[in-house]
Amino acid sequence: MSKIRKSLRKAIIASGLKSGMTVSFHHHLRNGDFVMNMVMDEIADLGISNIRIAASSFFPIHGKLVRHIKTGTITAIDCNYMSGPLAEAVTNGMLKKPVMLRTHGGRPRAIMDGSLKIDVAFIASPSSDKMGNLNGVRGPSSCGSLGYAMPDAQMAGKVIAITDNLTAYPNGPISIDETKVDHVVVVDSIGDTSGIVSGTTQVTRDPVGHVIARHAADVIEASGLLKDGISFQTGAGGASLATAYHLREKMVSGGIKGSFGMGGITAFFVGMLEDGLFEKLIDVQCFDLDAVRSIRKNPNHIEVSASQYANPSAKSCAVESLDVVVLGATEIDTDFNVNVLTDSSGNIMGGSGGHSDTAQGAKLTIIVANLLRARLPIVVDRVTTKVTPGETVDVLVTERGMAVNPSRMDLMKSLKEKGLPVVDIVELKEMAEKMAGKPRKVSFTDRVIGFVEYRNGEIIDKVYQPAKE
Amino acid sequence: MGTNLLFIPGNNPSMIQNAGILGADTVIFDLEDAVAGDQKDAARMLIKNALESMEYEGCETSVRINAMDTPHWESDIRTVAKAGIDGLVIPKAERGEDIKAISEILDSIPEAEGIYLIPLVESALGVENVYEIAASSKRIRGIFFGAEDYTADIGAVRTKGGEEIFWARGRIVNGAVAAGVEAIDTPFTDVEDIEGLRKDTFFAKALGFDGKASISPRHCGFIREIFYPQDEEIRYAIRVMDTVKEAEKSGKGVASMDGKMIDKPIVLRAMKVLRAAGIKEDFRYE
Repeated sequence: MSKIRKSLRKAIIASGLKSGMTVSFHHHLRNGDFVMNMVMDEIADLGISNIRIAASSFFPIHGKLVRHIKTGTITAIDCNYMSGPLAEAVTNGMLKKPVMLRTHGGRPRAIMDGSLKIDVAFIASPSSDKMGNLNGVRGPSSCGSLGYAMPDAQMAGKVIAITDNLTAYPNGPISIDETKVDHVVVVDSIGDTSGIVSGTTQVTRDPVGHVIARHAADVIEASGLLKDGISFQTGAGGASLATAYHLREKMVSGGIKGSFGMGGITAFFVGMLEDGLFEKLIDVQCFDLDAVRSIRKNPNHIEVSASQYANPSAKSCAVESLDVVVLGATEIDTDFNVNVLTDSSGNIMGGSGGHSDTAQGAKLTIIVANLLRARLPIVVDRVTTKVTPGETVDVLVTERGMAVNPSRMDLMKSLKEKGLPVVDIVELKEMAEKMAGKPRKVSFTDRVIGFVEYRNGEIIDKVYQPAKE
Repeated sequence: MGTNLLFIPGNNPSMIQNAGILGADTVIFDLEDAVAGDQKDAARMLIKNALESMEYEGCETSVRINAMDTPHWESDIRTVAKAGIDGLVIPKAERGEDIKAISEILDSIPEAEGIYLIPLVESALGVENVYEIAASSKRIRGIFFGAEDYTADIGAVRTKGGEEIFWARGRIVNGAVAAGVEAIDTPFTDVEDIEGLRKDTFFAKALGFDGKASISPRHCGFIREIFYPQDEEIRYAIRVMDTVKEAEKSGKGVASMDGKMIDKPIVLRAMKVLRAAGIKEDFRYE
């Protein structure tokens, strides 16, 4: 017996996909993904239309989907992050329905509770056998963890696995097992490896980033959380990953061993695991080849589903066990609300991803950001779009000082006692405006082009279409 | 002036904007080598505007003007001297009379009263004339050695080991101390080689330099850490001074500590350590 279908077209037909249904994709192949475009081309070719496309994220390579919006093949989008031409098209109002913007934890919540019903899940699989036992760690297009695909596999009406690496039965290891897969399609290539993972993600060389990162590491130390058993997560680049670098130095000099690192896993975190600074890594996605190698070989590098990572409706999830998270921001306002979705002109260029999940879950949430990016102050009166609520953010660390949320007087006292440069967030804003001037207010139309859903399902903001200049 | 001086390209608005938070004791806004010939005026205005509108609370500010054999140097001085800088770095310093000329221009600008000079000695003739240069003006705070141009001038191969500049380094320190000013060592140009930087900086300190320049913000913290006296050095220096003062009070001609006589060089070394640590010491060795 075999679930292999002779072509993608035949698999789609066999799945019973019809106009008006919802299809889903994961984003583990990131900007090297061929599968989403391939599938939507085929769906369009079959004359199926009015499709809601629910991908965990969209990248510039998915810009080809814009023509499917124009033709009416795609009429709704559901995702946690979007960038590139597709994001531009949505910002410009091309999509009839507002895009639903969720979090990495909110998406599996919605899938599990039925509010995001997936009719057909297309799972790009670096490795699959004829019965649909899948993993992301073998094959020419290895991407590592398949965490974002797991809720889809579990709950979708039909599941089609698309692979460029068919193995003998049974495949091993197994991230998504055959009991969840209906059809398997073999293609020449599921993605461009250079866009799937980077060679190695590097710690930034930007000196200002390191000033910020050193301060952030000092905050963690002053908080009292830097001790044996600490767990933390940082972003994959910039001052966020540089904080891990400086924290590592403190851990080494203090003889401190962490319990786990989490993410978004990079070579840097793999190095910390292999050097004995963490007991375990919890991995919902791999960012580089070292992370892929490690998850393949090291039993202490654990693949988790997006649901286990951050689903707030699950019995528990990993973000709730996190001590420290270090995150970025495109904007932060004087109530500590954070925007990571739109730029200062109102264009969609990102999304929560795991931002608001980890911010709520972690004991200490640190936002690291340059006070000024070129001429733009990062601290504003009100964020253009609220993605992470201020009550879940503890500290903003910039190169010119740090601001502590007034709800954390305990932390403020500790930081001041350690002589750290604590200033009021309004003072930081004024400092930036003194250097760069007060930014011009951007105007918007009344048209809603997106809903920002918080991880618990509540709509916490709307995205409005920027007015044309 | 401090122990670490960081070069900031004078045509880089982002670095100029952030210069005050990069960890240097003094930033040197560079109008010379970092700026192309047809951009000199634009860079000059950029620095002037930055100095007038930014607050550089964390450090002193200085400007490396263009050399006196270019048409730019005097405009450089007259523009930035009114903008609130702390010091000027004078490249290709070879003669005391050139420094005197610059000093006289500054004397004519009321806003330039407190501006100090750091002649950059980077040629064979400059090294030969170092004492004359260092003693040429009361405005001089220190002598800065530039090894890259110096080794090109004498035809030596520049190495990380620094054997080719050993003599010149010694002469710079000697001339500076003789004139009562500080000596600043040449930058370590391999940005990535932190171990090499450490070795080079420790050696410079051992030779008697008071600080070191750098071309990368990454180096500032390491340089400061090495030049700042270690706790043991400070404790020892305090003991020396206490012992000497005690001996003086009790009318003893000679002080001794740990079975050894404390003579003038030991006292002077102790005073230098305490000065570097920022500890005030009014003692005069008679």
